[in-house]
Amino acid sequence: MSVESIDITMEHCPMTFVKAKLALARLNRGDILEVTLKGGEPLENVPRSAAEEGHKILSIEDLGEVHLIRIEKN
Amino acid sequence: MRNYTQEQLERYSRHILLKDVGVEGQDKLLDGKVLIIGAGGLGSPAALYLAAAGVGTIGIVDGDRVDLSNLQRQIAHYTKDVGEWKTESASEKMVAINPDIKVIQYNQYLDASNIRGIIREYDFIIDGTDNFATKFLINDACVFENILFSHGGILRFDGQTMTIDPNKTACYRCVFNAPPPADLVPTCSQAGVLGAVAGMLGTVQAAEALKFLTRAGTLLTNRLLIFDALTMDFRTVKIEKNDNCPVCGSHPTVTELIDSPAAVCDLKSS
Repeated sequence: MSVESIDITMEHCPMTFVKAKLALARLNRGDILEVTLKGGEPLENVPRSAAEEGHKILSIEDLGEVHLIRIEKN
Repeated sequence: MRNYTQEQLERYSRHILLKDVGVEGQDKLLDGKVLIIGAGGLGSPAALYLAAAGVGTIGIVDGDRVDLSNLQRQIAHYTKDVGEWKTESASEKMVAINPDIKVIQYNQYLDASNIRGIIREYDFIIDGTDNFATKFLINDACVFENILFSHGGILRFDGQTMTIDPNKTACYRCVFNAPPPADLVPTCSQAGVLGAVAGMLGTVQAAEALKFLTRAGTLLTNRLLIFDALTMDFRTVKIEKNDNCPVCGSHPTVTELIDSPAAVCDLKSS
């Protein structure tokens, strides 16, 4: 199992999830992707879209300015 | 997996967002090879959508030049292109939409002697031709080469299309045994077509090619999609692989390609 991290705080919809999908596509099942993103649209949509595609949202952490979500690839 | 540039990620973002396509599907499109036979009413929308989708290699076959009477429905060609080769005109628009792709132009007509060598280079074939002789030629060649293809035809307000996975699902000859007699084929004065009907059908064919390359969904096999734009009724008719089919049945009578006379509607020469 490996852990990868991406920062999509500079991205806007729909590139937020596009970047997350690209990173997930490079991982193997069971690997973890840590995504740093902004509140609002990215925080609402990225975890929801990842869950819809069958990935597991392990945690959503509020880091103040940004949020960190941890996704386990399905 | 490819290394996508930021520009490619943005260009293909609406594909990548699709659960059934994703990055993996876009990779397959960029690696895909589709041949479009006919750069006319069906071939134009198919060529533009496949180019936009990022199908990496697109072959386009046509031996004709753009005529003013084509422009009402053949949307890859512009007024400035009248007199230009159709393959050249279509290729210019395709590359303008998407410089990522490679377009291979076949400025010629297909016949029994050249079709197999050309289609063999491709993963999927789109039949956008306007005459029965070539439609049967494409069917038989695809059966012999085992290459999937989309049949399409339009006339007046009607369209029909089916996808053929040769030797597995019903082929064009399983349904339509042989070309109709020439006197049953509408003459030029009868054969109008609503321009948008070409777009409706050509885009269905393009969608089938994209689905095949990405392995998304279920293809339009063993079904004939028929629509009438006058009433906007769409229906699919179930069809079956025919064991007595002259080309893909168990005792085929069509065992090699032959050129039959084309009952083509040629207004200029009549």
